[in-house]
Amino acid sequence: MAEDKVQLLGYWGSPFALRVKWALKLKGIQYEYLEEDLPNKSPMLLELNPVLKKVPVLVHNGKPLAESLVIIEYIDETWTHNPLMPKDPYDRAKARFWAKFADEKCVPATMSSFTKSGEEKEKAEKEARENFKTLESALEGKPFFGGEGIGFLDIAIGWLGIWARLVEEIAEVTLIADDYMPVLSKWFKDFLELPTIKEALPPRDKLLVHNKGFREMLMGGST
Amino acid sequence: MGEVEVKLLGSWMSPFVRRVQWALKLKGVTYEYLEEDLKKKSPRLLNYNPIHKKIPVLVIDGKPIAESPVIIEFIDDMWKHNPILPIDPYERSVARFWAKFIDEKLSNVVRMALFSEGEEQEKAVKESIESFEIVERELFKEKTLIGAGEGIGYLEIILGSFCTWLPAIEEGAGFKVFDSNKFPLVNKWMTDFLELSIVKEDLPPRDRLVSYFQQIRHFVLATKK
Repeated sequence: MAEDKVQLLGYWGSPFALRVKWALKLKGIQYEYLEEDLPNKSPMLLELNPVLKKVPVLVHNGKPLAESLVIIEYIDETWTHNPLMPKDPYDRAKARFWAKFADEKCVPATMSSFTKSGEEKEKAEKEARENFKTLESALEGKPFFGGEGIGFLDIAIGWLGIWARLVEEIAEVTLIADDYMPVLSKWFKDFLELPTIKEALPPRDKLLVHNKGFREMLMGGST
Repeated sequence: MGEVEVKLLGSWMSPFVRRVQWALKLKGVTYEYLEEDLKKKSPRLLNYNPIHKKIPVLVIDGKPIAESPVIIEFIDDMWKHNPILPIDPYERSVARFWAKFIDEKLSNVVRMALFSEGEEQEKAVKESIESFEIVERELFKEKTLIGAGEGIGYLEIILGSFCTWLPAIEEGAGFKVFDSNKFPLVNKWMTDFLELSIVKEDLPPRDRLVSYFQQIRHFVLATKK
């Protein structure tokens, strides 16, 4: 396509916008980044994502798409060089299954260990740890989920290596236990060290402050 | 291409299993259907889906795949004729977006209403109605429902399976989220959908489904005490 116009509406602190950025970078796609001033959602965001009113939103030649994993598959199917998804149908199914598992099982438990207290917090922490351990099995002895190099599943879940560690620090919990899941722990480190991945990361200290404030707000102002 | 051995672990009362059956039917795939007793999960089910312990599970030459949207995409990847997902990447993505919305904001929320009571149930019912408002307003405003094959594609399968089960859930559990007067576009679509032969030919009997959800409801209320 001669003149491809790609825009990404995002938020610096959003891991979901980050994983779309990773996909765009890996494909070498030129795009215009538009920072949303959350919680003051712009009219543009509300127009482009009237259903969920959230970032990220990808706009390709004027056509908007929401939901980061949907966007990533779109990017992969539209720009077909450097494929992110495996070719084999069964491997593709596995990649989608595990991305769904991480989003639906690891993330909510991590969030609960972040925002709850007492027994509920302990229970969530344990659940999150077990779910991360389960995720480890999906590596199947390979250095990355994508095999020798990174692919869809790596960029779908790599962000948890930052965010889950932030939760661990702020809420004083253990989620990615290095001794309990050494393979997954190593994978997180290796993934986040890759230059293309590392370059796009938001500053950690800024994220720490931001999420501390977020937690205080969710827990009703008490620390 | 060699023949693959296809099995489907399912349950007659599951709309998620029905989705997979429609997809397999659209592709003309021969498979062995294995009915699972969810009250007493078989070693076979626990072996094939140790993580979620749920149906449907598609087994391809002994290799399992769980989660109905993942299974349907696999079926479409594996058998290329009669595409289920739209061919155009943008339309595919729109279909995936709405399928996710329906599963997360309708199916899951109605499920919560089924399994909760009091304030929690009220909240779930309210949220379901809001989701239907969004579907009525946003999904049906442009001709977003893309048919394929027998006028039925990925999004139709996802929405249709939910909509055909909903009346039985509502009746069995005793709450109401779908007002046909409030959602005329969805209602018309649902009515037409139920007339498709692929859908009509083997829907579970309404009274059997209602009875099933009544039992679920009794169980939920009994364990809450």
